[in-house]
Amino acid sequence: MKPALDQVWAWLGEVPDPEIPVISLTDLGIIRDIVWEGETLVVAVTPTYSGCPATSVINLEIEAKLRSKGVENLRLERRLTPPWTTDWITPSAREALSAYGIAPPVGLAARVNRLAGSAPEVACPRCGAVDTERVSQFGSTPCKAAYRCRACLEPFDYFKCH
Amino acid sequence: MAPAMSDIMTPDAAELARVAPGHGKAAAESVSPERDLFVGLTRLGDNTLILGHRVSEWCGHSPILEEDIALANMALDLIGQTQLWLGLAGQVEGAGRDADALAFRRDAWDFRNLLLVERPNGDFGHTLMRQFLFDAWHQPMLAALQGSSDARIAEIAAKAAKEVAYHVERSADLVIRLGDGTEDSHQRMQAALEALWPYTGEMFLGDPTDARLAEAGVMPAPEGLRAPWEASVTAVLAEATLVRPASAFAHKGGKQGRHTEHMGHLLTSMQWLQRSYPGAKW
Repeated sequence: MKPALDQVWAWLGEVPDPEIPVISLTDLGIIRDIVWEGETLVVAVTPTYSGCPATSVINLEIEAKLRSKGVENLRLERRLTPPWTTDWITPSAREALSAYGIAPPVGLAARVNRLAGSAPEVACPRCGAVDTERVSQFGSTPCKAAYRCRACLEPFDYFKCH
Repeated sequence: MAPAMSDIMTPDAAELARVAPGHGKAAAESVSPERDLFVGLTRLGDNTLILGHRVSEWCGHSPILEEDIALANMALDLIGQTQLWLGLAGQVEGAGRDADALAFRRDAWDFRNLLLVERPNGDFGHTLMRQFLFDAWHQPMLAALQGSSDARIAEIAAKAAKEVAYHVERSADLVIRLGDGTEDSHQRMQAALEALWPYTGEMFLGDPTDARLAEAGVMPAPEGLRAPWEASVTAVLAEATLVRPASAFAHKGGKQGRHTEHMGHLLTSMQWLQRSYPGAKW
């Protein structure tokens, strides 16, 4: 059985991110390519951050999903170039993040010069106020920063523009 | 047989360690582009591994929760980068060693990290100062590596550079805040700077391996990283109201496998499990 590539993309769109289950692997933009090489399905995956502990779980879940759909010959490839960026997170996933209580990345990483001291205007996912402050460069995972809303006092995670 | 003074001065401590028990019979490893590449990659991977391990020692011990989380996340970034560098080193070596084998089954004299990163953590300020002095070097190093003639190195560097941009921003901010802070924090930061300063010169000392790698366009010559490092260190120290030490004395040897007494203690803790139960897996 050799399912169509569109079908494979759709299946992987059903696999939730292990740490942020409201968005899928395809929403996150980490599935870079899917091709058939002869009878073998090759899925290219890029890590978010190089030390992200979810990476091995993600690979496991991709494999489990595709095996459950009857794919027998499967190879996962790690792809580092171009490096993952939050610019690849889909618009609907950004909304899902916000509804889940995580402020989505503000702006495009390609345009942000972090070292110029440009602080993004991060809106509180709870009350929507933009009167927020960064508590720490790092939050519950490397991809997030810890923020606090000055209006409603809610602490929250901000998915860093990376 | 006690090593003679000339043995102690050998450029490669690992060679001495292997040769001595065999009464000088083992041949020195020959120079080849593959060998140079392996050495260069382990220098990169050992820096991130040993610093990552040091920073991870703070996990559960930081002054406040946010700092604990930040330090653990930085350690995670560094260990992740280690997997890429040492993974490639193992591949280049072609002897069947993966990143784990290189991290957990080598002895001190086979590690090629800078002496700076094996320095003990000291207090929180000391840890942050060490981090800043390293980050200020790591950033231009990764920038240069993105132009490597070896595409595998360039792509790892591009990935790591995005992460290290956060590290340097954070460590520079904290050095400034603590240096230009209370009298106590200022004194601690100045003391940390003076204690660590003699370990910074090694970052810019090249050896014949570095020269060959630079000649081939694989890795930058260490000497060339001094100017960007000086620029960021000078600016941050000035804002932090810290006084740059005058001495240019530099401890050296880490890149060639000659380490301080702290390295063995660190490895004892880091390698214990794999040494006791070789090949153990979760």
